[in-house]
Amino acid sequence: MMKNLQWRIGLIVAVIGLSIWAFVPPEQKVKLGLDLKGGVHLVLRVKTDDALKVETDTTVDRLRDSLTRAGVAFSKVEAVNPTEFRVEGLQDDAAFRAQAGDADAVYDRASEAGGYSYRMKPNVANQLRDETVTQALETIERRVNELGVAEPIVARYGARDQILVQLPGVSDVRRAKEIIRSTARLELRLVDQGPFPTREAALQAFNNNLPPDDEVLPGKSEGSGTGGTAGSAVYVVKKVSAVAGNDLRNAQQSLDQFNRPAVHFTLKQDAAMRFGTFTEANIGRPMAIILDGRVMSVATIQGRITDSGQITGITREEMLDQVITLKSGALPASMDYLEERTVGPSLGQDSIRAGVTASLAGLALVVVFMVFYYKLTGFNAVVSIVVNLLILLGLMAAIPVTMTLPGVAGFILTIGMGVDSNVLIFERIKEELATARGARAAVNAGFDRVWWTIVDTHVSSLIAALLLLQFGTGPIRGFAVTLIIGLLSNVFTAVFVSRTMFEMILSRRQQAQTLSI
Amino acid sequence: MEIFHNANYDFIRWRWHAITLSLVIVLAGFAMMFMRGLPLGIDFSGGTSLVVRFSQPVTLDKVRDAVAPLGGEAVVQQFGDASENRLLIRLPQQEGAEEGTALEQGSQRAEQALKSAGLPSFEVDNREIVGPVIGADLQRRGIYAVLTSLAAITIYIGFRFRFSFGVGAIVATLHDVLVTLAFLMFFKYDISLNVVAAILTITGYSVNDTIVIFDRVRENLRSRRKDPLSQVVNQSVNQTLGRTIITAGTTFLSVLALYLFGGEALRGFAFTMLVGVISGTYSTVFIASAIAIILSQHKGGKPQAAAAPTGEASERPGRKQRRARAS
Repeated sequence: MMKNLQWRIGLIVAVIGLSIWAFVPPEQKVKLGLDLKGGVHLVLRVKTDDALKVETDTTVDRLRDSLTRAGVAFSKVEAVNPTEFRVEGLQDDAAFRAQAGDADAVYDRASEAGGYSYRMKPNVANQLRDETVTQALETIERRVNELGVAEPIVARYGARDQILVQLPGVSDVRRAKEIIRSTARLELRLVDQGPFPTREAALQAFNNNLPPDDEVLPGKSEGSGTGGTAGSAVYVVKKVSAVAGNDLRNAQQSLDQFNRPAVHFTLKQDAAMRFGTFTEANIGRPMAIILDGRVMSVATIQGRITDSGQITGITREEMLDQVITLKSGALPASMDYLEERTVGPSLGQDSIRAGVTASLAGLALVVVFMVFYYKLTGFNAVVSIVVNLLILLGLMAAIPVTMTLPGVAGFILTIGMGVDSNVLIFERIKEELATARGARAAVNAGFDRVWWTIVDTHVSSLIAALLLLQFGTGPIRGFAVTLIIGLLSNVFTAVFVSRTMFEMILSRRQQAQTLSI
Repeated sequence: MEIFHNANYDFIRWRWHAITLSLVIVLAGFAMMFMRGLPLGIDFSGGTSLVVRFSQPVTLDKVRDAVAPLGGEAVVQQFGDASENRLLIRLPQQEGAEEGTALEQGSQRAEQALKSAGLPSFEVDNREIVGPVIGADLQRRGIYAVLTSLAAITIYIGFRFRFSFGVGAIVATLHDVLVTLAFLMFFKYDISLNVVAAILTITGYSVNDTIVIFDRVRENLRSRRKDPLSQVVNQSVNQTLGRTIITAGTTFLSVLALYLFGGEALRGFAFTMLVGVISGTYSTVFIASAIAIILSQHKGGKPQAAAAPTGEASERPGRKQRRARAS
């Protein structure tokens, strides 16, 4: 019996030691959530339709080209929506089929009068959407790293097309949001005419009949443009770009000839070849540098340019941001913000203080009551509750579980649960003492009879906590995890630790008939 | 020391009064819900919420005037201690707002309006913008979580005890959820993510309480097969009364600490827990066992017959040895 007791005490001391070692010093070892540390939590939706649209548009272009080249007659090949396109006015079905074989791998074909309608295969579309989200995720990760945020989280979230971004300690939220969302699609296109003061004026110059390969694009937003740049004007530019988003090799901070901020970019080798041919053929014509659908600057092509260029006429901040976004690569699709939660660091500080105060106050109230009501035995409960909190803190630091504001509430509820189990046991021991079979028998009976009740109550609480984990996001998950760990360690402390303490008391008084309870 | 020495109150006699009282509260809650709608916080309804800290004290009315032109029913209230000059400003989801760019507009326009209203300078401490997609998603998941947790607990208790007990426990738990919702309505708390977390915690807590009594009922049924079920239940409620009150009291104390000192951000959570703890204790004593008795009587005809335990087979293995050793 004594040996058994020593072994139990040893285990308890070891657990306490390990727990304390795991979370001390808490400032370093306990991870704080955004709601306590301050920072921003963002949920983005990737518009995966964009990527499907590119796929369909490319297929349509290619098909139109090859039909024209092969001399197959048709009246129309056009995209209906991001996943569908139609072919109309076919005369020679066999000749068409010979050219359109490629599309069958990606699209389901259905016959129509004089043509076909194509619809993207669902599994292909899903795979494409998935790839798009993965690519967007990787791009955002690179950008967040460039921003220099410590311990950021970039992960898939909720529905298939959502991405969660958490940036602890970021104060300039607007800038972070812009950098993350910017598609960073760099294009170099020929300018047909411009600038015009308004879109209407631009259309009028063409008698409201824009050539099919042209489009009107806005210049840079007002206020930020200076010198020979676009200002708030609009331009009529060619639809085709000489380079694509993934042709970019690098982007660097630089200065233009007037010592103003500029972004210097270089192209990949094959893109540089194409760009060289393109500029050579268009010497003397104006070319626009377009970023995310806005004309950044226009310059006349002076000679053959191969692998590099400059975005000029920007502010210093714009330069810094553009370097980050261009370097991290273009996004495969544009994105929306669905949710934003920002917590300032001072509010987080106040919440930590309030949480600690509430926990200590709760603990103090419980300690006073237990010692007052259960006298010496009350100390058993206090010890087992404190050990429970130590284990909880230790496990949270070791796993690690992020401490959130609702997690603090989880701590306080853990105190409540610890009290509950102890009270359950103590009340039963009291009842058993009344039957006058001696203290040892009463303690044994108390623990034995209550054991299954404790199992039942903990399992039902665990069910609720596990569903909370399923349901919850961020802070609520923190609460659920705290609750789950608290419940599990409570079984250990309320039953094992508390019983060991009873054994310690009884081992000195073998024939005791009463207990201080 | 004991709060109740050999307590012997006739709780079962009061069961219809208790059920009536509960129904009145729950129905009043429902009536308010129909009149005013469920007060969903921005977590679920979508919208913008700002916590703004001013450099000097400002009156709520001035701030209300400043954001009034934004339209919608803006809510402006004190956040935390008055000395901190923190205000909470909540703007509803803009009607017909598109996802994406428009999502930030509410907060930007509010900050602009505050800047141009001639108020003291301020800093935004907390900004929450929830789009309708996320709101709807959270609503669905919240309802799903509460319902599945109720169902899972019913199944567990039905499996561990008998079916009528499972129903009794779940009616009591559902009762606590509805009473808590009613009080949230009465005191004009918004239903936020934290409040739903508290409600889920309440389901676990409420069932805890009920299980303790049912465990005792089962134990007593074994030794007192001849007594009517209602008598055994009443005796069990009385035997565990001390524990029920002490546990409720200490949990209440610790949640009260959270309510008083936990700060503004956890106020709704703490309030929900406070109501839930009281309701959970009340329903454990008055509702859960009453329902179990009513169901057993209806099913088994004669109370005695229904009172017989589901048989030794339902007893957990190993228990007899332990009891033998204990005595």
